[in-house]
Amino acid sequence: MPAHWLEAYVVLAGIVLLMLEAFLPRKEKFLIGCLGIGALIFGLVLLFWAEAPENNKEMTRFYAWDSQAKFFKGFALLAGIMTLTLCLDYRKILAKFTANPDSDDSTGEYYCLILFAVAGMMWMASAKDLVSLFVSLELTTITLYILVAYMRRNVGSLEAGVKFLILGAISTGFLVYGISWIYGATGTTSLAAIGETMSEENSTYLLFGLALILISLAFKVGAVPMHLWIPDVYQGAPTPTTAFLSVASKASGFAVALRVLQPFFENSITAEKTTFIVAVLAGATILVGNLAAIPQTNFKRLLAYSSIANAGFILLGIAAWNSKSDLSAFQVTGFYLSVYFLMTFAAFFILGAIHRDSGSDEIAAFEGLGTRNPALAFLTTIVIGALAGLPLTAGFFGKLFAFQAAVGASLWIPISLGFVGVAAGFFYYFKIIRAMYWRKSLKTSPVKVRLLSFYVIAVLTGLIIFLGFFPQPILWLLGA
Amino acid sequence: MSVIFVLIPLLAAIAIFSGVKARITALIASGLILFLGLGSVFCWQADVWSMSFEVLTTPSIHLAMGFYDGISVIMLLLSVIVLYAAILHGGAPEGSERLWYGSSLLIGAGAIGAFLSTDLFFFYAFHELALIPTFLMIGILGKGERKEAAWKITIYLAFGSIVLLAGLLWLVNASGSESWLFKDLLASEIDPSAQKGIAALLIVGFGTLVSLFPFHSWAAPAYASAPTPVAMLHAGVLKKFGLYGLIRFYPMVSEGMQDWLGLLIVLLLGNILWVGFVTINQKRMDTLLGNSSVMHMGYIFLAFAALIEAGSASANTIAIPAAVVLMFAHGISIAMLFCLSDSIQKRTNTLELTELGGLAKAAPKLAFLFGLAGMASIGLPGLANFSGEVLVFLSGFESYKGGPLGCVQVATILALWGVVISAVYMLRAFRGTFQGPAVKNSTGVADLTFMEKMPAMILAAALLIVGLYPNSLLSLLEGCGYQVSSDATEQSDN
Repeated sequence: MPAHWLEAYVVLAGIVLLMLEAFLPRKEKFLIGCLGIGALIFGLVLLFWAEAPENNKEMTRFYAWDSQAKFFKGFALLAGIMTLTLCLDYRKILAKFTANPDSDDSTGEYYCLILFAVAGMMWMASAKDLVSLFVSLELTTITLYILVAYMRRNVGSLEAGVKFLILGAISTGFLVYGISWIYGATGTTSLAAIGETMSEENSTYLLFGLALILISLAFKVGAVPMHLWIPDVYQGAPTPTTAFLSVASKASGFAVALRVLQPFFENSITAEKTTFIVAVLAGATILVGNLAAIPQTNFKRLLAYSSIANAGFILLGIAAWNSKSDLSAFQVTGFYLSVYFLMTFAAFFILGAIHRDSGSDEIAAFEGLGTRNPALAFLTTIVIGALAGLPLTAGFFGKLFAFQAAVGASLWIPISLGFVGVAAGFFYYFKIIRAMYWRKSLKTSPVKVRLLSFYVIAVLTGLIIFLGFFPQPILWLLGA
Repeated sequence: MSVIFVLIPLLAAIAIFSGVKARITALIASGLILFLGLGSVFCWQADVWSMSFEVLTTPSIHLAMGFYDGISVIMLLLSVIVLYAAILHGGAPEGSERLWYGSSLLIGAGAIGAFLSTDLFFFYAFHELALIPTFLMIGILGKGERKEAAWKITIYLAFGSIVLLAGLLWLVNASGSESWLFKDLLASEIDPSAQKGIAALLIVGFGTLVSLFPFHSWAAPAYASAPTPVAMLHAGVLKKFGLYGLIRFYPMVSEGMQDWLGLLIVLLLGNILWVGFVTINQKRMDTLLGNSSVMHMGYIFLAFAALIEAGSASANTIAIPAAVVLMFAHGISIAMLFCLSDSIQKRTNTLELTELGGLAKAAPKLAFLFGLAGMASIGLPGLANFSGEVLVFLSGFESYKGGPLGCVQVATILALWGVVISAVYMLRAFRGTFQGPAVKNSTGVADLTFMEKMPAMILAAALLIVGLYPNSLLSLLEGCGYQVSSDATEQSDN
């Protein structure tokens, strides 16, 4: 099976489910979610069957099929599966703010939209031409606009949707403008050809174009200076959307960034300047993300800032592209994102469970969890420890590889900012542990967690610990 | 094989958290590793103890454990003895037995893992594993100002760990070593220009973990608020991790350390003299013990400074034995003091020195054991600390060849006053608590029961054995390359 059928399959599955949704009885809408999970799992199986596209000229020009593409496609599929699972336990809250409140009436489309977004992200993983890159990125982004504003009777969700739409449109503008500069300088949109035609004369125009594209990608991954939308949109959007945004959307942003930056890093004319640009982005993102997280009192906002901070650490690994380290920039990024996937989804599942219990996303809602549900508190402690980067959890290896690569590339200033960031991280992540164990809650009733959520949290936490001792499996997936 | 020293307490902790009877499981697990630890002293050089399993190929990280040399054996001994005593002492509040014993075992497992790891990654990681339950225990089950104390120790030690991590990463990177195994790292050379920076990060990082002046202010409040087993395990065992690390990696950065010798001497005198005077001024038994433990770290740093001055372990053959013996002795004596001060508090409900007095009449055994531990900590001959402190002071003059005094010699002379300072505060505390007319709090209290006596007796036995026959520890160090007698032939450092 040629690889590009994968995307076609996912889109097709989305359309079929959308049709089916129209005919399902009102109460059974969650079946769409279950079918969607099934469809994505089948897509994961197909991923192992897929072969490189045949020598069809048009398609091979747009479509890369290498370990990087495979990894990010699998990543998007898994993220889709997790988001749909999270959504199954979240649908009551979703239903509260859609048409016919408190019925599952209009929650069915939500599941289908996630499938479309996943298809877009899978294509982004393979985009090696600026045109296919732009089209796939827009497919994802436009779907995400709807997902963010899905709770249309909720002011927060609508506000988040509008903010995301306006800023997203601006960032698209930057992207198109950047692409046109690069096309103007080289006469081609293929990234491989751009690398070949690069010379002293056109490097200035190319770097200007790259800077514009990077602004747009910074928006996508949530890097400073395009990070301001993140806290508001994360807080307002439905929790599954937030999880999807912060994991899948960020990962595909990095997949594209790796492709776009490759010719620039690997050409000696532009390598130094590109390293400088990305290192500045990384340092600023780490600093702003971590320091702004300190005063947060809302867990969702805290996770938003933490996602900015994590983007900074990944950028640090990318800035060390030409490092003497053992791992390539793709491997560092891929490893960090896999770990980030586990930690962030676990955190959002925990947040979902707490939200169902208390109706609040505040850190104060965690108070007394140590006595109200010791098992969940214990798992939360591990997840938070991993987010803070404690050793013997997978989170530590993610940061370790990023720092190691950066040490190899002698990026001393961003590294020292990184250590400041990690120290700040200890402070704000441990606020949650403090709330769980040291504060007494007014409520004493036990916190009930739905079985599905609990199992997912336990499995994710188990993986975090396992990979903390034995991280090699992910590096195998990354082709190391 | 040596991984069982970590696995047994770890599995026992998991079993306890999942519902097995807490105290008995903890006692069996810690008793088992105590016997294994005592047994391993006689056969630690056997190959069967070491293991290595590559968990990651790029960079090459191994789950490698074993007795790297005699220092690891002594640290293991210290850990298993204090862990058993801490578990035996018990004292879990009603309803928190699981957390109490489970966390104590986790702290022990982490400390043992750190001392037995022969790979840099797990050396660092196991120490962090031990810190988390420490923070949680102080915060949840501590006494007095527990929240502030827990918050303070978390922030300080997290800061120390991060600085340390930066130093260790730089060390690995600059060494160009193939793997993170100690043997590969210690065999590689580091460019002298990088050594200076690495040495600074290691001193600050490890130093914060050992409460080196001026990064020490977390220690006294944390120990005062910590539940007794946590205070025993952290002050007695876990804190030694920093010194162990400094001694372990010293050969890699010996030139870089040279640049920081003067500063280190000022800081360690801060520990001995400044904190010593602070200790004299304490009004409570628990903060007094906490500060005294900070103060005694200064002596161990003094031995380390003598090592730096000499330039290598073979140039000052008694510096490392001095540091290691004192680490062991201090760990045992401070654990015993914390253990007994908890027994005092249970009887009198206070640790304010002004509200105590005349306890010896009602509780002579408690008075005797506390006196023994107190005398040990101020260096009475015949007890382990004396061997350690004498070796430290001798090591200060080991490389002195006549002529004007060097800075280490001056520091040694000043540090000798520390002995007087500690005699002042310890004897005062003893007099105030046990001698004189009995006050209201201490009349009619019961003496130590058998179960309360046991942990203190075990620790006292260790103090006496090492005190009367220091060679029991020193002979372990001889075999691994550090020469104990100065006329021994030249040997390599590792």
